[in-house]
Amino acid sequence: MRRPTDNSSKLATQLANAARRSLLAALLLACGPAGAQARSPQALVHKPAPQFVRHDLKGQPLSLARLRGKVVLLNFWATWCGPCLTEMPEFMAWQRQFAAQGLQVVGISMDDDAAAARKLATKLKVDYPIAMGDPDLGRRYGGVLGLPLTFLIDRKGEVRAVYQGVSNLNAIQTEIRTLLTER
Amino acid sequence: MNMGVVRAALLSVAMAGLAICGAAPGHAQMGQRISATTIPAAQLIQPAELNKLLKEPASARPLVLQVGSHMLFEEAHIAGSEYAGPGATSDGLNMLRQRVKSLPHSKFIVIYCGCCPWTKCPNMGPAYKELHAMGFTRVKALYLADNFGADWVSQGYATTHGQ
Repeated sequence: MRRPTDNSSKLATQLANAARRSLLAALLLACGPAGAQARSPQALVHKPAPQFVRHDLKGQPLSLARLRGKVVLLNFWATWCGPCLTEMPEFMAWQRQFAAQGLQVVGISMDDDAAAARKLATKLKVDYPIAMGDPDLGRRYGGVLGLPLTFLIDRKGEVRAVYQGVSNLNAIQTEIRTLLTER
Repeated sequence: MNMGVVRAALLSVAMAGLAICGAAPGHAQMGQRISATTIPAAQLIQPAELNKLLKEPASARPLVLQVGSHMLFEEAHIAGSEYAGPGATSDGLNMLRQRVKSLPHSKFIVIYCGCCPWTKCPNMGPAYKELHAMGFTRVKALYLADNFGADWVSQGYATTHGQ
């Protein structure tokens, strides 16, 4: 015959193990976006923006972590994407207008060929950093499977808004102004 | 005839050609700009319909070709589909021609891209026109209204990753 204390002890151990598993799962979920893949770009809203370190098209180091404290407009684009090319001059204007308040625009080209991105960036006189993307970075941002795709990241490094396709630029600018007022 | 004048004229024509090509965005030589909206409505196939077709026996399934960005293809593509080059460039169209040239013109082919909203896609129109011009009679264009992520992947349709 089993003693009640044995059963209680066993149950307590099982509960403790379940709690540990739940805690681990919760931690994995909380940390997920930084290293794992989001289900969709929109799933990243209110989550930490996936980190990346690479060199921009001019060979300068570009690290998202080093932009902590700034509001980051992270724009995925490509030379073959018409709506992307419409947005970029506006992003350049915002970079100049809001730089002192802490805005940093960053472009990620999803072109297959860096030379194409470099050529177009030069032609358009893009004055914010642009780096080349890759499928892994795309997957970590929830799937960059349609352009343009723009993430607004707050000063704490959290994704606050996602804009996909032909977006309302006034709405993006309004959100930027809001985020710039946050400290 | 003065050969110097002829050479100068040929050089001018060549330079004008280069200037036109250089004005187009992108590294690869751009092909004709043909909107996806020029594809006849009867030749469109909806995502749900294609997804259903992909569950049919192999003999009933179409050849599915992605005619857009290779980077986006690597990120995710329709299960069983092949990369066939971006329709917007002459190199891409050449790749497409090479892929299908040995196929019978009655082959059921579905092309797709989804790089941009349908009305802005630079690849589908030229790719469709090319296949049509080659004589293929059973070509369908996958209608992805917004993009591949929203209209295919997020719907849970058959997707895979990699080359």
